[in-house]
Amino acid sequence: MAAEVGGDSGGKKKGKKGRKGRKMPRIDMTPLVDLGFLLLTFFILTTTMSTPTTMPVVVPPKIKEKDKDKVDPPKIQESRLFTILLGKNDRVYYYIGSGQDEKKPPEMKLTGFSKSGKGIRQAIIEQIKAVRNNPLISEKDKTLMILIKPMDDSKYKNMVDILDEMNILQQKSYALVPPAPVELDMVKKYNEQAGIEN
Amino acid sequence: MAKVKVARKSTAIDMTPMVDLAFLLLTFFMLTTKFRPQEAVDILIPSSIAITPLPATDIMIISVSKDGRVFFGVDSKHTREATIRRIMEKYKLDLSPDEVNIFSIMPQVGLPIAAIPQWLKAKPSDRDKILQNASGIPCDSTNNELGEWIVASRMSNPQLRIAIKGDVDAPYPVIKKVIDTLQDRNINKFNLITAKEAQEFIDTSKL
Repeated sequence: MAAEVGGDSGGKKKGKKGRKGRKMPRIDMTPLVDLGFLLLTFFILTTTMSTPTTMPVVVPPKIKEKDKDKVDPPKIQESRLFTILLGKNDRVYYYIGSGQDEKKPPEMKLTGFSKSGKGIRQAIIEQIKAVRNNPLISEKDKTLMILIKPMDDSKYKNMVDILDEMNILQQKSYALVPPAPVELDMVKKYNEQAGIEN
Repeated sequence: MAKVKVARKSTAIDMTPMVDLAFLLLTFFMLTTKFRPQEAVDILIPSSIAITPLPATDIMIISVSKDGRVFFGVDSKHTREATIRRIMEKYKLDLSPDEVNIFSIMPQVGLPIAAIPQWLKAKPSDRDKILQNASGIPCDSTNNELGEWIVASRMSNPQLRIAIKGDVDAPYPVIKKVIDTLQDRNINKFNLITAKEAQEFIDTSKL
């Protein structure tokens, strides 16, 4: 049985001091144990085991307004460029090339972040392969350059997801750049044709 | 035949090992637990495959809430105090030593600089409420107070590392404004705070 404070015989023989065979006083520890478990439950529930991690991001330094004329933008073959536009509701638009030539608008495609099937990951992998097998690109330049352009109605999550995708594919050459007005028009046109409203 | 008398066993169970174990676990959890610093707004962070843990010291966290408000926080009391003194000087704020002290124990700022004296003069119970309903730190190109906070805290502690803690649903234009603010101050390297998820790599060179 659970122990109690003061032996059971403590009250019977009052006054007789130095009595032999006196039982050890037993203490009821139940409340202590109860409290122990209560605190244990509290700490188990409040403790946060998963510490947040950090994803390092390095952005190219901004070119100052006065130096703009001095710096030439690097020339990259159109076929090595891959542009990804991030839009509303986790939509991902992509096309090959930089889309700067207004006479020849590139063929834009719509996808999402799904890992299986035809997500953006698959599209990037296919393009990496296409660049590698392209005889028109010299051997030392057979890498894909990805331009990531988040549009104003995309969410922070989309940016993290696409940067994560770069890390997963161990893609070293990519840049985070704002979309050009031409591209915004292209997306708008695409949405109209495909009947996407929001 | 005589019946075999089975000795009746006592139903009392010795619970000492269980209690010992419970207290062992209790001690473990009490010692390992780290209370999360109180934050003005709840931020649900996105997940990534990154595995570098967030450093606990020398860190500046720029938080962006779901509704696009920007909050600023540095980790140590000392840095916070030096930061507010620099801001006071620059913006000619009139704060008493007591108010500076109050500021140095607040984990986050999320108000335009002009509203800070009023915030620090408020009752402690109202202070949290003011911060929760605050408009965030302005970071437009015309009035970029976030930049002032970054510069002031970096001058107070040059070792500060910069991390952006955005909500999954934080609008991208606000994130862009924060990144632009950093870039305008020649900070081209920073961290995004994410939650851990299963690590996977695809080796594209072998496909």
